[in-house]
Amino acid sequence: MKSVRSAKRHWYHYLWLYSLFFFAAGFFNILFAWLGLVSFLLPLVFAFGFGTKGFCNRYCDRGQFLRMFGGQLGLSRGGSMPAWMKGKPFRYAFMVFFFAMFGNIIYTTWLIAHGAGSLSEVVTILWSVRVPWQWAYAGGVEPWVASFAFQLYSLMLTSEIIALATMLWFRPRSWCVYCPMGTLTQLVCKRKASSEEKMQEGDFAK
Amino acid sequence: MDSKRIAVPDRSACAACGSCMDVCPRKAISVFRGSYAVVDDRRCVGCGMCSRVCPAGVILMEVRP
Ligand code: SF4
Ligand code: SF4
Ligand code: SF4
Repeated sequence: MKSVRSAKRHWYHYLWLYSLFFFAAGFFNILFAWLGLVSFLLPLVFAFGFGTKGFCNRYCDRGQFLRMFGGQLGLSRGGSMPAWMKGKPFRYAFMVFFFAMFGNIIYTTWLIAHGAGSLSEVVTILWSVRVPWQWAYAGGVEPWVASFAFQLYSLMLTSEIIALATMLWFRPRSWCVYCPMGTLTQLVCKRKASSEEKMQEGDFAK
Repeated sequence: MDSKRIAVPDRSACAACGSCMDVCPRKAISVFRGSYAVVDDRRCVGCGMCSRVCPAGVILMEVRP
């Protein structure tokens, strides 16, 4: 795809560096994966707090990474996404699936914290390929703390791989069309916008 | 003078990702309340940058009404 340059450079265009930092840090010390929670919380703060997708629109490191490598560096082939992939059924189903996986991580962590289940020092890619990752963990924390880190890193790495694949094939930010967090925050914003509209209509009726 | 063409995003299919907003040289397109993209037709010059970058391909370039 012909590289597309932004109208103007802003500091947030460099946030892709944070993606590199996150994955590199987790490679050497898995406990850094806990930082992934920031990436889960910030978009929700924008959506619930301000009713905007400000995170997606500017400050998401992954969005910036895809824009940088797919768009600015021109690695994207720029094909069109198939209709099913950008349709609501797939977007919602993928969101439910993804958050179910996140719920599963929390459940497993809870089990380990309560003495059931044990820590495995592996990173699971695409929910199937288990990669030994023991170099990144030297002990020193509760098993559940380490377990949560391994699992969250797995989820982040898996979604990054999917995002990169569709970045290469389709347009740079194609992941953002079916990104579970993007879909969820858009739903929250739409809900908020329509309920505020209703409230205003109520004011007029008074 | 008004441009011949203008960007028209499909609200119902928009993912509100903001890619269009990021590339628009005229700040003519923005994401309304985190819900969908809207175009300010007085600012839009019909350059088509937003349409080319939109990952969902939901921005059509149409003849200005
Ligand atoms: S849709 Fe997902 S990856 Fe894209 S900018 Fe939003 S949170 Fe980031
Ligand atoms: S780039 Fe496309 S999907 Fe993203 S906000 Fe703009 S119109 Fe919507
Ligand atoms: S056509 Fe050009 S000026 Fe109009 S909204 Fe799209 S990027 Fe902006």
